[in-house]
Amino acid sequence: MDKLVEVQNLKQYFRVGGSLFGKQYIKAVDDVSFHIGKGETLGLVGESGCGKTTTGRALLRLYEPTGGKILYDGINITHAKMQPYRRKMQIVFQDPYASLDPRMTVGDIVGEPLDIHKLSASKKDRSDKIIAMLERVGLNSEHANRYPHEFSGGQRQRIGIARALAVDPEFIVCDEPISALDVSIQAQVINMFEKLQDEMGLTYLFIAHDLSVVKHISDRIGVMYLGKLVELANSYELTFHNVHPYTRSLISAIPIPDPRINRARHRIILQGDVPSPLHPPSGCNFRTRCPYATAICSEQEPEFREVGANHFAACHNLDKIPKA
Amino acid sequence: MQLDVSDFLPASDSEKQSLVVMRDSVGFWRDGFNRLKKNNIAMISLVVIVIVFILAFIVPSFYPYDYAQQIRGSENLFPMTYSTAEQATIDSGVSVFPHFLGTDNLGRDLSIQIMMGSRISLLVGIGASAIILLIGSLYGAIAGYFGGRTDQIMMRIVDMIYTVPDLLIIILLISTLRYPLKDLADNNPAFGWINIIGVGLICIFIVFGLLYWVGMARIVRSQVLTLKEQEYVTAARALGASSSRIIRNHILKNCIGILIVTTTLQIPAAIFTESFLSFIGLGVAAPMPSLGSLAASALGAITSYPHRLLAPSLMISLIILSLNLFGDGLRDAFDPKLKK
Amino acid sequence: MSELLLEIKNERLSFFTPAGEVKALNDVSFSMKQGEVLGIVGESGSGKSVTAYSIMGITAHPGRLIGGEIHFNGHRIDLLTETEMRKIRGNEVSIIFQDPMTSLNPVYTIGNQICEVLLLHTHCSKKEARQKAVELLTLVGINEPERRVKQYPHELSGGMRQRVMIAIALACEPKLLIADEPTTALDVTIQAQILELMMDLKKKLGMSIIMITHDLGIVSSMCEKIAVMYAGKIVEYGTIDDIFYNPCHEYTKGLLNSIPKLTEVEHEPLVPIEGTPVDMLNPPAGCPFAPRCKSCMQICLTTMPDYTYLSDDHYSACWLLQKKEFETQQEEK
Repeated sequence: MDKLVEVQNLKQYFRVGGSLFGKQYIKAVDDVSFHIGKGETLGLVGESGCGKTTTGRALLRLYEPTGGKILYDGINITHAKMQPYRRKMQIVFQDPYASLDPRMTVGDIVGEPLDIHKLSASKKDRSDKIIAMLERVGLNSEHANRYPHEFSGGQRQRIGIARALAVDPEFIVCDEPISALDVSIQAQVINMFEKLQDEMGLTYLFIAHDLSVVKHISDRIGVMYLGKLVELANSYELTFHNVHPYTRSLISAIPIPDPRINRARHRIILQGDVPSPLHPPSGCNFRTRCPYATAICSEQEPEFREVGANHFAACHNLDKIPKA
Repeated sequence: MQLDVSDFLPASDSEKQSLVVMRDSVGFWRDGFNRLKKNNIAMISLVVIVIVFILAFIVPSFYPYDYAQQIRGSENLFPMTYSTAEQATIDSGVSVFPHFLGTDNLGRDLSIQIMMGSRISLLVGIGASAIILLIGSLYGAIAGYFGGRTDQIMMRIVDMIYTVPDLLIIILLISTLRYPLKDLADNNPAFGWINIIGVGLICIFIVFGLLYWVGMARIVRSQVLTLKEQEYVTAARALGASSSRIIRNHILKNCIGILIVTTTLQIPAAIFTESFLSFIGLGVAAPMPSLGSLAASALGAITSYPHRLLAPSLMISLIILSLNLFGDGLRDAFDPKLKK
Repeated sequence: MSELLLEIKNERLSFFTPAGEVKALNDVSFSMKQGEVLGIVGESGSGKSVTAYSIMGITAHPGRLIGGEIHFNGHRIDLLTETEMRKIRGNEVSIIFQDPMTSLNPVYTIGNQICEVLLLHTHCSKKEARQKAVELLTLVGINEPERRVKQYPHELSGGMRQRVMIAIALACEPKLLIADEPTTALDVTIQAQILELMMDLKKKLGMSIIMITHDLGIVSSMCEKIAVMYAGKIVEYGTIDDIFYNPCHEYTKGLLNSIPKLTEVEHEPLVPIEGTPVDMLNPPAGCPFAPRCKSCMQICLTTMPDYTYLSDDHYSACWLLQKKEFETQQEEK
């Protein structure tokens, strides 16, 4: 499969704290490498502070990367002018209430990318394209003159998707697009993402904290913890044959909506809290909560390497961890 | 209840859809105006403001008396009374327009003076607020949008300006500029208007332009800082929008509400400053009346002719109060945080 | 009178907003025994939080109870005055809110906030209260409680703050604990800790819990009985086996089919519930779920269905069930 998007050793650090006492950095994304093939969906999961949202935004150059390389379709875009790439790489945001300008009509919101990239030949052409886009996401033309606050969360998310699709992109970063929606609406939006992917040949980076959703929609999944990728494998492998202790406890912590399975389940409950990103533990940053931590874990960072067919993980003690 | 077989027939999609009705579309402005209309205090204030405007700008053109016109024999009249000369005229059959508020010590009708004074106050208030709006919002928007070093430097300048004692500067300016400006007015016919307006008023405007815009700058800056972080601005960047497009379409549009409200509240503050300065003799030049100077000249006669002090004072209070209440109403109506 | 701890009969509650009357609760009835864990499941606008707040008497203005009765521990509490209600709040009924960031007062130490509830409802001295606060912190699994008790909320992580909330709620050993989406704002590994803690505490202290959430996974691991709410009405009520393995309301079925399951091996397409949630200012006449229901019938559009009992503990409000009864009646004729 061709690689559409690739990141190599991506680093995104943010400076915090006063300059008098020396610079302190939050290493939001710390040496992350992966690639996404054309037409594929790569899921990125992790808890708060793991860096998955920052990765998505850094990929789109919404931040200036501190280090590493970003390649799009083979071309190094780490320091390139992004204007031409903005047509091909789009993003759908998490908060349907904040990502739409409350002073613009829905039609103008969806039409803005058309205006920026000069994609419409005339006023009528623009209007036609906007209506076509709205209908594609399940809205209709009468919605074009209304304002965002008149719509429900699910509908606003559709508007955001319509906006991203207006430029006919190749790659979309979906930044927690369904977390803020009601459960009964989430399924609609998930199905719509899948349908659009089939129809338009899109490639997705799907970022979410809900592994059930990510597993459903993704071909491959990457698990992040405190800025590092700890495991990367295809969905089936990651769910049923995972190797990293964090992945295992993450899956174990998810409540399954099935009472019989719950009663039979053995839960691994992690102790303690997520360490502060300002002072990550030395060596492997998961070692403070890891049931299998040994001496080497505090001295050396584990290498992110291939441990199976297309299956990567970063852990010193894989041989000590029982098979899933 | 009685049930029938037909009750259990399936319902069609259109029948189901008919149950779902979307609420009427209401834009941001209409929604805000609706809320404003429901605010009784704000509406009453608006009516008062409109009446004051009519009195200040329209009525004087039709008024039989002029503000500078001194009527001999009609000095120090109480409201709605006539001098002996005027009484004689009435008796002889010719009607005399009544002095609603009486006259001052030089026989000038007080009503027209109050109206002209209100006009001056309103013009100064609006003019000064316009200057503040222009300078302040531009300054604040630049500082807020570009952030970083630029913002730091610009805001330190603002801090320094805050510490300057405004009254002192006005007095200094007036004393320094009085004679040069007078010379300019006397020698150069193009600058004749300086004499009419008065050096004091010019200095007030200069000082407003130099010092008073800082409040607006701070407000606009903080608004721009907040708006910059909004996700829809990030979304616009992700779409490929340029900085100017973002400022124009996203940031400024979302500032208009707060700009209108702040300006509306700025006007009474400016009017108050002008009235105060005129009261202490630093404002408009005689014979141009200002509510403040009218009050000042009435001070001496406070025990014998209290109406001469009451009228301008009440007028100042009315103008400032109604503008403040209306501005408050505007802010409540358009404050996005109050919206759910 | 009964061994029922909580009994709600035909509760109706509306919010009288400038835009109109929002019928947040439309004839809600259910009951709980001592020691039971009830889950109330629903989406935004379903009325689940409103139900909880009405039990505690803290319904926000402009909401008002306009009908029905709330019985707690044998007394009618919806008729109590504010002063009398205050004696019960925090004492016999406690609540934990969703966002621990905003539920704790940032300018008081957490020890102070725990002591506040103790001093309000019990007759212990300040010293005793402080000691009890430290004990409570240990109970909820916070290590170094003597140090923590002097800290401020912002010095603690989200999970710890929620533990403090639980400590405050349990300080006076209430009979009923209401948890309003207590883990929605937390990471999933922290959520697991908190839920485990709650179950442990229930075993130790024997209190009843009402768990309000939108997450069917959480209710299936914690609750014994579930009430599914939609648009201010309980559309289905049953034990967890009933709800998960024998759901009879279309909404419940729809919810279960629309959640992606972690345990599925093949990629099963999700079957979403079409349509959008009800606009509570203009709810449809008849069954509120009708516009989104794929089995909607003529009568569903006009009339609200009654409850049909499938067993003592399992009932649902749906005309489809009434249809079955009707058809059986017709056949008998």
